Amino acid sequence: MTYIRPAFRHPQLPLNKLGLPVSYYEGALSTLCAGCGHDSISAGIIQACWELNIQPHHVAKLSGIGCSSKTPTYFLSNSHGFNSVHGRMPSVATGAYLANRDLLYIGVSGDGDSASIGMGQFAHVIRRNVNMVYVVMNNGCYGLTKGQDSATADIGSISKSGSVNQFQGIDLASLAIELGATFVAQSFSGDKDQLVPLIKAAIKHPGFALINVVSPCVTFNNNPGSTKSYQFVREHHAMTSKMDYVPEMKTISTSYHEGNNQEIELHDGSTIQLHKLSPDWNPEDRVSAILALKQAAAKQEVLTGLLFIEPETKALHQILGTTESPLNTLTESSLCPGNKELLELNKSWR
Amino acid sequence: MKPTNINNPEYFHQVVDCQYACPSHTPVPEYIRLIAAGKFTEAYMVNWDSNVFPGVLGRTCDRPCEPACRRGRVEEEPVAICRLKRVAADNKEDVKQYMPQGLFAPNGKKIALVGGGPASLTVARDLAPLGYEIHLFDEQPAGGGFMRSQIPSFRLPETVLNEEVGYILNLGIHTHFNHYVRSLKELLQSDYDAVFVGSGAPRGRDLLELPGRNEGDANIHIGINWLASVAFEHTKKIGKRVLVLGGGNTAMDCCRTARRLGGESVKVLVRSPFEEMKASPWEKEDAIHEDIPIIDNHVPKSFVVKEGQLIGMTFEKVKAEYVDNKRKLVPTGEPEVFYEVDDVLIAIGQENSFPWIERDLGIEFDKWNMPLVNETTYCSTNEKVFFGGDAAFGPKNVITAVAQGHQAAISIHLYCSEMNLKTDRPAPFVNLHNMKMGIHEWGYDNNVVTDQRYVVPQASKTETLRDRKKEVELGFDVMEGFKEAQRCLNCDVQTVFTESKCIECDACVDICPTSCITFTTNEENESDIRNKLKVPATNLSQPLYISDTLPTKRIMVKDENVCLHCSLCAERCPTAAWDMKQFYYNVTKAMGMKNEVIG
Ligand SMILES: Cc1cc2nc3c(=O)[nH]c(=O)nc-3n(C[C@H](O)[C@H](O)[C@H](O)COP(=O)(O)OP(=O)(O)OC[C@H]3O[C@@H](n4cnc5c(N)ncnc54)[C@H](O)[C@@H]3O)c2cc1C
Ligand SMILES: Cc1ncc(C[n+]2csc(CCOP(=O)(O)OP(=O)(O)O)c2C)c(N)n1
Ligand code: SF4
Ligand code: SF4
Ligand code: SF4
Ligand SMILES: [Mg+2]
Repeated sequence: MTYIRPAFRHPQLPLNKLGLPVSYYEGALSTLCAGCGHDSISAGIIQACWELNIQPHHVAKLSGIGCSSKTPTYFLSNSHGFNSVHGRMPSVATGAYLANRDLLYIGVSGDGDSASIGMGQFAHVIRRNVNMVYVVMNNGCYGLTKGQDSATADIGSISKSGSVNQFQGIDLASLAIELGATFVAQSFSGDKDQLVPLIKAAIKHPGFALINVVSPCVTFNNNPGSTKSYQFVREHHAMTSKMDYVPEMKTISTSYHEGNNQEIELHDGSTIQLHKLSPDWNPEDRVSAILALKQAAAKQEVLTGLLFIEPETKALHQILGTTESPLNTLTESSLCPGNKELLELNKSWR
Repeated sequence: MKPTNINNPEYFHQVVDCQYACPSHTPVPEYIRLIAAGKFTEAYMVNWDSNVFPGVLGRTCDRPCEPACRRGRVEEEPVAICRLKRVAADNKEDVKQYMPQGLFAPNGKKIALVGGGPASLTVARDLAPLGYEIHLFDEQPAGGGFMRSQIPSFRLPETVLNEEVGYILNLGIHTHFNHYVRSLKELLQSDYDAVFVGSGAPRGRDLLELPGRNEGDANIHIGINWLASVAFEHTKKIGKRVLVLGGGNTAMDCCRTARRLGGESVKVLVRSPFEEMKASPWEKEDAIHEDIPIIDNHVPKSFVVKEGQLIGMTFEKVKAEYVDNKRKLVPTGEPEVFYEVDDVLIAIGQENSFPWIERDLGIEFDKWNMPLVNETTYCSTNEKVFFGGDAAFGPKNVITAVAQGHQAAISIHLYCSEMNLKTDRPAPFVNLHNMKMGIHEWGYDNNVVTDQRYVVPQASKTETLRDRKKEVELGFDVMEGFKEAQRCLNCDVQTVFTESKCIECDACVDICPTSCITFTTNEENESDIRNKLKVPATNLSQPLYISDTLPTKRIMVKDENVCLHCSLCAERCPTAAWDMKQFYYNVTKAMGMKNEVIG
């Protein structure tokens, strides 16, 4: 009965620095199809938040509509959440972020939610550099409405019913780099070893961070001929790099060979350790990142890993120069300085 | 590491912790499910086939299954397996119709059984349906051995014992009660084709070397002799102040019996620390509940006799010290303590004794005067003579006697069929069958309840202390039995993995509530694999289930340790690479073998 989850957990579950077991970060039992890639990504988010010792009540989960957008229910039950209308998660996230800059915002969307109905919102949330993690669970179809081709379906990809997609797919990662995103990564739901460090780095990035995760829809788009199936992605998987996220304090000991190593320091002193697999790609250079994506696409490869990062970035609050205190905590006394101040101000304009 | 060979029935057998730990490998989860379904008669018969005395064992078994039970690794307490057995026995309907129905066509072979305890009775039950003419000898007036003479009626009512001994004797067994076998030679010289020795370990240890032992003899009793004398109603009273020496189950039965025979101040004095006493925790609890203090770390030093009358005992106080894991009891140096007493019961262990077995019959004995018995065939060095139960390897318990009886019966049958006792032994009956009924439906109740172990209700103390025969435990009623049965995790419903179907989507890894499943790269050593699992597999007594190499060059590793058998992995698997299959394992009994004896 997958609708009842036993209450017992492994009695030797390790605890994080907050003294919490990973089970504290779980959500309700998923109602997605058995084997849906989205569930793996939820598990990756749970793992990343547990490893980073994040207090679940310091997190807000936001989503739109779709199977992917249902997933916030299935992780971090002890967090805040808002399940918005189709394609409108970015506006809700922007508003929430403006009101309370202290929370960690995790937005979850689908390829339909972001690349079709929400395309405009997607562009603007990037442009405004809202400090959030934006996860696209990309299955190339509208899973929730029974598998119609989405705007990210690759041209030539064959659907379960046998029809061939005639339209050019939107590449969300290239687009995000183009639009000025300062953290863009791509991953595969079937590779948690890669996904979890990426989510951790994205959480630590002080601006907008996109992770476009290929996440097979087992029910409607896992057939031969689909370019978003488990088998296709496993066979056409190319990595930019192997990556570790190394929290501050911890001494660095990468097991990778010398040579193509690159270390990227984040604003809080933690680092991303990269072992580059494609030699001419430079993760801190937009042009090189886009080039790497185009080259991979030409070879029918799914390029995964960290694609682009600009560690020093100004998020929306910095751009607007708002106060450090979350706006929702400001009371009338600080918002309304009083008649004396007003008179002073008016005097200065006379 | 090589993939696990699940075609070897021993692999899944060990996953069913309780059944594996049970000496006669009773299919526990199978009968627990039957109890939950209200099928008490069927549940009783599953037990009867394996352990022969479900009603007796449901009250008295040493329950090696319970410390092994998986539930005890997931939460505080194991399933009350033993007391569930009693629910089946208490609520069954007519079971006789499902038992072998005599008369059995004789096969011309004649077997003698020495002793009428559980070991001999098991041999009798397993062989009688094959047409053997079976003669059972016991010096007692009725069958049951120690189950009758030692286990007190307040734990095991005579009616329950009589019923279950009766099922066997009614299979046409020739009983010779009140008949002590004085000479094995004589038996062998008569026309028996084989002899089974199930004479138990009938001699209680004494403290002959202690000062005052002889002078105080009138009030000093050997525990097991005294219990037998109470059981057969020769002894009806005991003094007001009683000391019981010893810390095993005999001591516990002695002190509780003494409380019912007039003992007002009954104390148990034991050499070892309380935690290390041989008695089971529940036996100690029951004694303490009946106002019997257990005084540990006291070594008896002397019986104090005044004017020919025992008046007390002295003890030396000791403490336990451990050197190289060996315990030594070291005197604390405190002055000896004196306890006043009217009667003393010595319950410090039993020994085997075979004064009736001549030493020139080809039966070899070791330096401890124990016969050399083969641990698989239970045959002695005389091919016609078999041993089982306490007589074979020293005092154990009823379920061990039964398990050995089954094996000895197989050997006797093979011997009489002129077959090889080792190479012709029958394999267990095994079966693996699918439990899938629908998308979210299985042929078993996979919902894991969080109920804590239910406590067996007891009759009031004032009532039970007044009447030696009044059973203390009332047993679970049907509803309590159902709830307790629901705590069972159905460990026989196995998770079966098919590599070729797995698409490595991680769904099972993500859903498993107890983090049992990991996909990882293979290693040479098991310990390296154990260390890198999602939760390291530190319980080395529990196996790893390892798959063959998958397309990503990884392997699937499942740590069986705390798997809840909840089926979520199988329900979440989109390709049915995981499946839940019920594994049925049953030790073959002689009763179920082909009858190849030509009479
Ligand atoms: C006080 C006490 C309490 C116990 N409580 C429990 C309990 O709660 N649960 C449990 O599982 N186990 C218990 N045991 C242990 C259990 O009773 C024995 O392990 C078990 O009965 C052994 O079975 P058996 O068939 O080997 O021999 P026994 O049951 O000992 O039967 C042997 C029989 O052979 C007879 N005999 C011996 N020599 C001869 C001869 N030469 N001729 C004729 N007859 C002979 C004896 O009189 C006896 O009746 C207890 C033991 C004692 C002493
Ligand atoms: C305004 C509006 N338009 C259309 C729909 C119908 N609808 C529901 S889910 C969905 C597509 C979801 O696709 P995606 O975001 O890729 O999620 P998936 O189910 O594939 O994870 C659509 C079109 C809707 N719910 N609301
Ligand atoms: S329809 Fe597709 S995307 Fe939706 S839950 Fe099922 S497998 Fe996942
Ligand atoms: S949970 Fe049930 S099947 Fe598993 S070991 Fe305990 S009694 Fe046996
Ligand atoms: S049955 Fe499967 S999901 Fe349930 S505990 Fe066992 S391995 Fe985990
Ligand atoms: Mg989609």
